[in-house]
Amino acid sequence: MSSLHEFPAIDHGLLRFLTCGSVDDGKSTLIGRLLYDTKAILADTLHAIAATSQRRGLSELDLSLLTDGLQAEREQGITIDVAYRYFSTGTRKYIIADAPGHEQYTRNMVTAASTAHLAIILVDARRGVQTQTRRHSYLAHLVGLPHLVVAVNKMDLVDYDQAVFERIRAEYLDFAARLGIEDVRFIPLSALHGDNVVERGERLDWYDGPTLLELLETTPAAHTERPESFRFPVQYVRRPRDAANPDLHDYRGYMGRVESGEIAIGDPVLVLPSGRRSRVRDIQVGGVSQPSAMHEQSVTLLLEDELDISRGDLLVRPDEAPPTVRELEAHVCWLAETPLSPARTYVLRHTTREVRARVKRIAYRLDLNRLERESAVQLDMNDIARVSLSLAQPICPDPYALNRATGAFILIDESTNDTVGAGMIVEASASPSP
Amino acid sequence: MTRLDTLSHLDWLEADAIHILREVVGQCANPALLFSGGKDSVCLLRLAEKAFRPGALPFPLLHIDTGHNYPEVIAFRDRRAVELDARLIVRSVEDSMARGSVVLRHPHESRNRHQSVTLLEAIAEFGFDACIGGARRDEEKARAKERIMSFRDAFGQWDPKHQRPELWNLYNARVHPGENIRAFPISDWTELDVWHYIQREGLELPSIYFAHRRPVVRANGLLRPVTPLTPARPGETVEDVRVRFRTVGDITCTAPVESEADTLDAILAETALTTLSERGATRLDDHASESSMEDRKKAGYF
Repeated sequence: MSSLHEFPAIDHGLLRFLTCGSVDDGKSTLIGRLLYDTKAILADTLHAIAATSQRRGLSELDLSLLTDGLQAEREQGITIDVAYRYFSTGTRKYIIADAPGHEQYTRNMVTAASTAHLAIILVDARRGVQTQTRRHSYLAHLVGLPHLVVAVNKMDLVDYDQAVFERIRAEYLDFAARLGIEDVRFIPLSALHGDNVVERGERLDWYDGPTLLELLETTPAAHTERPESFRFPVQYVRRPRDAANPDLHDYRGYMGRVESGEIAIGDPVLVLPSGRRSRVRDIQVGGVSQPSAMHEQSVTLLLEDELDISRGDLLVRPDEAPPTVRELEAHVCWLAETPLSPARTYVLRHTTREVRARVKRIAYRLDLNRLERESAVQLDMNDIARVSLSLAQPICPDPYALNRATGAFILIDESTNDTVGAGMIVEASASPSP
Repeated sequence: MTRLDTLSHLDWLEADAIHILREVVGQCANPALLFSGGKDSVCLLRLAEKAFRPGALPFPLLHIDTGHNYPEVIAFRDRRAVELDARLIVRSVEDSMARGSVVLRHPHESRNRHQSVTLLEAIAEFGFDACIGGARRDEEKARAKERIMSFRDAFGQWDPKHQRPELWNLYNARVHPGENIRAFPISDWTELDVWHYIQREGLELPSIYFAHRRPVVRANGLLRPVTPLTPARPGETVEDVRVRFRTVGDITCTAPVESEADTLDAILAETALTTLSERGATRLDDHASESSMEDRKKAGYF
């Protein structure tokens, strides 16, 4: 790993991933190992951990101490919230969403997974596939993570036995097939000793696949895997007034991020939900023109025609328009201590658009232990359910399975302003609500 | 249509920060951008330009001045504001002391902690519903837990146990009157990313970020600058050392590091190879306890 601190000759962009698994599967140790072996931990941090490890009477450096940042976490020895960690190699930058495995697992896992592109699911080699393994795999699948890595950890405790690894792999593949999970990779490793995390180690010589870091380095970036429709939610409309600058007199800039697809000067656009059409006259960043913009770029679009467009509107290509709907079928993860009530109205935020929403029906709640559906009249914290929502104004969504940016929404409690629900659209029904 | 490549990581970070800045302005009625003249807020200001040009920045710049800032930094701050045609609001801890809202335990106490009081007073005075800051999650372990849109109650308090979940890039900056959002567009940047960005964009910085000779004393493994505010104590030996600042803040609590790096290339090389974290090497106030940053943030610190 000599290239770690040289400047990137090749830039493979950024990969966001999360780690999950049961409480004692060694998640914190794995993150610690990744940071330690990629030299992302600096000496003073290491000294602090060494001192704490010693104070607690541990013979070795406790790498898991790296990830518990809050007072209450240190007091209780648990992780209470999602944290983000960073490391980079010669070619790529990584953001780890470190979601706690303890209680409140569902909401934290969904939160961490929502921005991730890959999940590492830890399995304790001694215990094999557990309920928690299945639960987290299911959640990762539901949140639409295209890549799963099953890290069979603690191989040191099973004498690095290949048969143990193969047995776990076969069992997991059987389960994954039933869920429809397609891309799963398996790596035997020891986070404690570092085998197959960043360095290969010698004790797993029967394994000739990539190490965990090699696999992360070669995972395709988001958006490179399938063609996507152009989606541009308008964040902010800019009409600068500057008497001294006549060039700005007719300036109407629509600011936003290309959530998916691409756009170039001259391309036709359709404004939703109004249905008006125009063409792209210019694409700017910081007032400077560029010929085109790609997914995840934040730009300003100028159109040929003067249209009434405001925050919350969506620009698309005329031949790729999503439906305009007032009813939704969605998977909702409830995040709040106060249960979801069908009697109440919530604010639904979809891209940059806010509408009021009411739950019409809870079709079923998922029992994450048995992975079965059950009936429910309300949703409690950490519940995931399939619900029907009716909206006070229309939105223009895609199914979440096709587009994570335009298929997701959050629910906000109007009295507390808290974010109380996370939604993934299964189906948007085009029929107007009565 | 042919598919384009993936954004480089710096381009991605830039686009993401611009998205966050625009969400603040799209959702909040009266935001301000905290500008101290330091490297992180220099990046923020550049990102704000990219987000909102042409035309004026849609928010004022706010600086909470402890009265213990390096003159080079204050001069830089004022000059940048003029160059950008930005509205600069300065509120000072000394005014809070004069009002009696800040009471020092002793005259030489660091005023860094007390910035929180002055910041909250400024928020109330101008009715800001959001303050955009240049904090990064890699700076400190309490920051690693903080949301990009971080909710503060009417007392400016951060409650790490009851943060709003933040999903996808659907940020929730809604507040009731008196409450406040602290928005951190460069949360996911590291110190090295900031230096790369400064180099790529050709951003100007206060001169003290580059290696220069300065009288210092060595204390507790750190270099303490010798200034009229922080004179050498009896028994301390003053040395003339070539140093630079990795982080710039209140004179009484910011330490420089020994360095020969007087260009951005040299700083980048040094940052990539350093074995000390930014705060570990430079902050005299984070060492007070394992949770000093967390405690200050709970009390309203940005």
